[in-house]
Amino acid sequence: MKTNDYYAIELKGITKSFGKVIANEDINLEIKYGEILALLGENGSGKTTLMNILSGIYYADEGTIFIDGKEVSITNPHEAIDLGIGMIHQHFKLVEVFSSMDNIVLGTKGKYVKSSALKEEVLNMSNKFGLEIVPDKKIYDMSVSEKQTVEIMKVLYRGAKILILDEPTSVLTPQEIEKLFIILRKMKEQGNAIIIITHKLHEVLAISDRVAILRKGKVVDTVNTKESNEKQLTELMVGRPINLKISRPETKKRKTVLKVVDLSVANEDGTIGLNNINFKLKSGEILGVAGVAGSGQRELCETIAGLMDAKTGAVLYNKENIIGKTPDEIINLGISMSFVPEDRLGMGLVGSMDMVDNMLLKSYKKNKGAIIDKKPSRKLAEELIDKLSITTPGVETPVRMLSGGNVQKVLLGREIESEPNVLITAYPVRGLDINSSYIIYDLLNEQKKKNVAILFIGEDLDVLLELSDRIMVLCHGELMGIVDAKKTTKEEIGLMMAGRKMEGVDSDE
Amino acid sequence: MNNRSHTPFIRTVKISERSSKDTLKIRIAAFVLALAAGGIFMLLLGYNPFELYGTIISGAFRSKMAFQATVKFMIPLLMSSLGVAMAFKMRFWNIGAEGQIIVGAVCASYFALFHNNWPHFLLLIVMFAAGAIGGGLWGLIPAYFKSKYDTNETLFTLMLNYIALHIITYLRDGPWKDPDSSGFPKIARFAANAQIDKVFGVHFGWIIALILVIIVFIYLKYTKHGYEISVVGESKSTAKYAGMDVKRVILRTMILSGGICGITGMIQAAGSDMTLASSVAGGVGFTAIIVSWLAYLNPFGILLVSFLFSILDKGSSVMQSAYGLSTYFASVLQGIILFFILGCEFFIRYKFVLTKKGGK
Amino acid sequence: MFIKFLIAAVFAGTPLLFGTVGEIMNEKAGHLNLGVEGMMAMGACAGFMAGFFSNNIYIALLAAFLAGMLGALIYAVLTITFMANQNVTGLTLTIFGVGISNFVGEFMLVNSASSSLKLPEQITAQISNINIPGASTIPVLGPLLFQYNIFVYLGVVIAIICGIYYSRTKTGLNVRAIGENPGTADAAGIKVTKLKYINVLIGGGICGIGGAYCSMIINGGVWMNNPVNGQGWISVALVIFATWRPLRAILGSFIFGAFNILKYYFPKTIITIPNAFYDMLPFVITALVLVVTSIRKSKENSQPASCGVNYFREER
Repeated sequence: MKTNDYYAIELKGITKSFGKVIANEDINLEIKYGEILALLGENGSGKTTLMNILSGIYYADEGTIFIDGKEVSITNPHEAIDLGIGMIHQHFKLVEVFSSMDNIVLGTKGKYVKSSALKEEVLNMSNKFGLEIVPDKKIYDMSVSEKQTVEIMKVLYRGAKILILDEPTSVLTPQEIEKLFIILRKMKEQGNAIIIITHKLHEVLAISDRVAILRKGKVVDTVNTKESNEKQLTELMVGRPINLKISRPETKKRKTVLKVVDLSVANEDGTIGLNNINFKLKSGEILGVAGVAGSGQRELCETIAGLMDAKTGAVLYNKENIIGKTPDEIINLGISMSFVPEDRLGMGLVGSMDMVDNMLLKSYKKNKGAIIDKKPSRKLAEELIDKLSITTPGVETPVRMLSGGNVQKVLLGREIESEPNVLITAYPVRGLDINSSYIIYDLLNEQKKKNVAILFIGEDLDVLLELSDRIMVLCHGELMGIVDAKKTTKEEIGLMMAGRKMEGVDSDE
Repeated sequence: MNNRSHTPFIRTVKISERSSKDTLKIRIAAFVLALAAGGIFMLLLGYNPFELYGTIISGAFRSKMAFQATVKFMIPLLMSSLGVAMAFKMRFWNIGAEGQIIVGAVCASYFALFHNNWPHFLLLIVMFAAGAIGGGLWGLIPAYFKSKYDTNETLFTLMLNYIALHIITYLRDGPWKDPDSSGFPKIARFAANAQIDKVFGVHFGWIIALILVIIVFIYLKYTKHGYEISVVGESKSTAKYAGMDVKRVILRTMILSGGICGITGMIQAAGSDMTLASSVAGGVGFTAIIVSWLAYLNPFGILLVSFLFSILDKGSSVMQSAYGLSTYFASVLQGIILFFILGCEFFIRYKFVLTKKGGK
Repeated sequence: MFIKFLIAAVFAGTPLLFGTVGEIMNEKAGHLNLGVEGMMAMGACAGFMAGFFSNNIYIALLAAFLAGMLGALIYAVLTITFMANQNVTGLTLTIFGVGISNFVGEFMLVNSASSSLKLPEQITAQISNINIPGASTIPVLGPLLFQYNIFVYLGVVIAIICGIYYSRTKTGLNVRAIGENPGTADAAGIKVTKLKYINVLIGGGICGIGGAYCSMIINGGVWMNNPVNGQGWISVALVIFATWRPLRAILGSFIFGAFNILKYYFPKTIITIPNAFYDMLPFVITALVLVVTSIRKSKENSQPASCGVNYFREER
């Protein structure tokens, strides 16, 4: 085969910086056709930046790229596509109001195809790769995995020979991940080069032929998957031997603090947010919440925090129904909610404001009069910097300028400082490196030991299994069951995430 | 493909953070460049730019009367800019200052026309309140729909401007038509009792405007309400999360924003026009948007920028008598200067980089 | 009477049609351009002056188109390349465009021998209503469809082409994608900057022709200051009324044209409504449309999602 003569891609000395931050430094990397390369690295290690350079979103400051042995310069996504590079972004690049086929043909060359002919073409192609796709369906009507299918189809339709997938599994159930891997293997057999970005070790071992490990913007090593193991990869990724075990302290005298009864919530557009949810949250426990993105996690958080109205049902806090109370009153009862959205700043913190002003967010109403007193929050900000070793130029730096880990420490720190009885935290480690993540887990466990009742909404099943005492699983706004985290398996949770109800399974007593 | 890869190309690169000193330097450079561009325009018309700029400056300052006129130009611009700045701080794109000024003026005019026998100060206070309430309510309408249905406020407030304008023409042609105008549609001149008194030769609107600068500054920077406005502006979901009543904040802020514009209308009618004319706003509400944006929504910055604008406005008005240039010269010059300043803002946050092959 | 009313509505609606289609082209590319009034004014001035001196309608149309395009070019450079605030830039363009149009108008007037500027005969004939032998004499349909001037037909043709462009061509699809989500369009290999420029510029040119209609037809071939007189702003409103669709803009423009002239045709014997209310009507209706569409939260019938937000590829 001709394609074997050259590497599909060869990167030499790629360097890219954003202002003072060096995202990629002197990166050398190559991949062959018919190979799956895993790009492994912690959050913030520069994986996505590197792939964005390949797909023409960013332009490298230094270095050269060879495709099929020829030196190229990729100045925009258009040129990347011409070179046969297709990238599937972590945050899908789809036009919400378009149908899937319009999204698929978007930006491609050639004349306008009649929709009936195009529909057939799309269906034929999807059959070939074993993808399930509805050509007429609008993106805003789709589930996450359906959207991902459209993204993959988009890349295939462009005839990409080199596929880059950025964290494709983070939004899928274990079963959906398995399905995706089957598709990827099929593509590999057809001679495509595939790069998969991930920070999950077992996925790397399951799918890839080789692994390139990135740390702090540099490639530290490239190993053959067969000759490697989890321990070696972890050490390479983090830079030192590390115990990945998350502790799960035992607490005594647990009593029910929050009781959710028959809770149903409707979204703004009339769709079901939550449907008939029942569970209890006890002091001194971490109740994990698992589910595919958009299964009702946000609705659950927001309803308890008073941001959304319940259609039916009750949320009893020490036997008092808090449905109908304002967010203000709920905060004052000692229920704290912190939600880290995908952009990581959207809720809970104001990016353009400094730490002092952000400390004020939930407490500014407490002092009397019309004028704001900033002294206490300045003191609190300084304390937090000290206590949680937050790296910042000062309390007056806008939090947007801080690194992800520090931003989340500010958020969680403020919530904990308000000494809540119930702590609801959604995705607190989103986008954090391993070290920062463990600091957050420790913070949560500390609160647990103080008998705080914690509702932990997570993405990573491995973390949920180790950190939580119990895990409840949501799917399409319904409760699939609550299981004992010590006894359940990932597969069981995966099935529940996909919609299998565990009748009568509630490990609660 | 290969051919292309060897040609250098220009890329836009974001700058992480410019020091405030650099930012100031760029702004000053922008201003100088803008004046230069205006100068080229003057050269093209066959005039000496230095002479023309000199005339503008002297036109604005040459006499006590000229300066008073400049201040008179500034009052409505300054006040309505403060008004829209409050809405903009909340990222509520109120481009309806024009309409809010008009409705404020209409409400105030009612008392000026039909209750001019009231004691002078009582009448003025009532007119002031009527102006504020009228403008406030006109601002409340888009705020209500924005908070309830997320109706696009840019377009809605724009529509309300024209509706307000036609309210005046309705009143002028019908119920409020001056019977003594011998058929010509206009509204009667306010009685002296309903006119705003002068302080140092200019109606006391300038005092109110200056007080408003300070009030708005304190309100936005040091009060709970001001804090709420900033948070809502940054992220509505964060504001809700913090227990703020976002709808109330939007409604309240727009009443204030519209209210200030309404006061502007009252002052313009009773202090400057001495009647209710359809030109009471006369585009000030639009210019106010530019002013408050150029001043980065800072009340003291607004004071400075609106002063510069009124120098340009007043100074250009002598162009006609001095050089026979039409009064539209001012808008052309204003446009050119603004285009340059708008363009230069780019260099505070970005820069261009010429990249050759291979990125080196 | 009713036929006359409909014909008058078409004439009154034509400048709006140009302005609306031009603004739709801007907004489809993600640019809320509040400079329509300014671009129309520039086209009004350039079209009139070119017609005045060349005595040729085609040169006048071209000049109007180019002048509108020039206005759009300023806007495009500032908002697309320099990423300046769209609202502020658009408003400035309006101030500038109206200013320079009137400035040039007065300049020419002062420097001309006569006391007014009137279009010469040949071009006046060219822009008068076209009589198509046979077709124009058909009762009812003849005057209703085949007796307009060149602008009216041009406007309808442009709107139809524009409608086909967005719904039936790949480039149109790509532009719509840019308006909805430029990041997605960019990643799909669409040349975002190039297409944005093309659409904003052509849109500006179309606005310019609408301006020329105002100065050459509405004002009866005599130059007057402020020829556009708010039609540009109504066009911005009409975009909403037409729910961002060029074909609906045709109907919408003529309906708004009808509002404009309703006061002259509404039988005063039935009820006397002050003229101001007729003038207010288009704006009230547009405001209502705005509210209704937002209540219905229709995803398809609303402003392109990225409108008003500038795009920078390396945004992190």
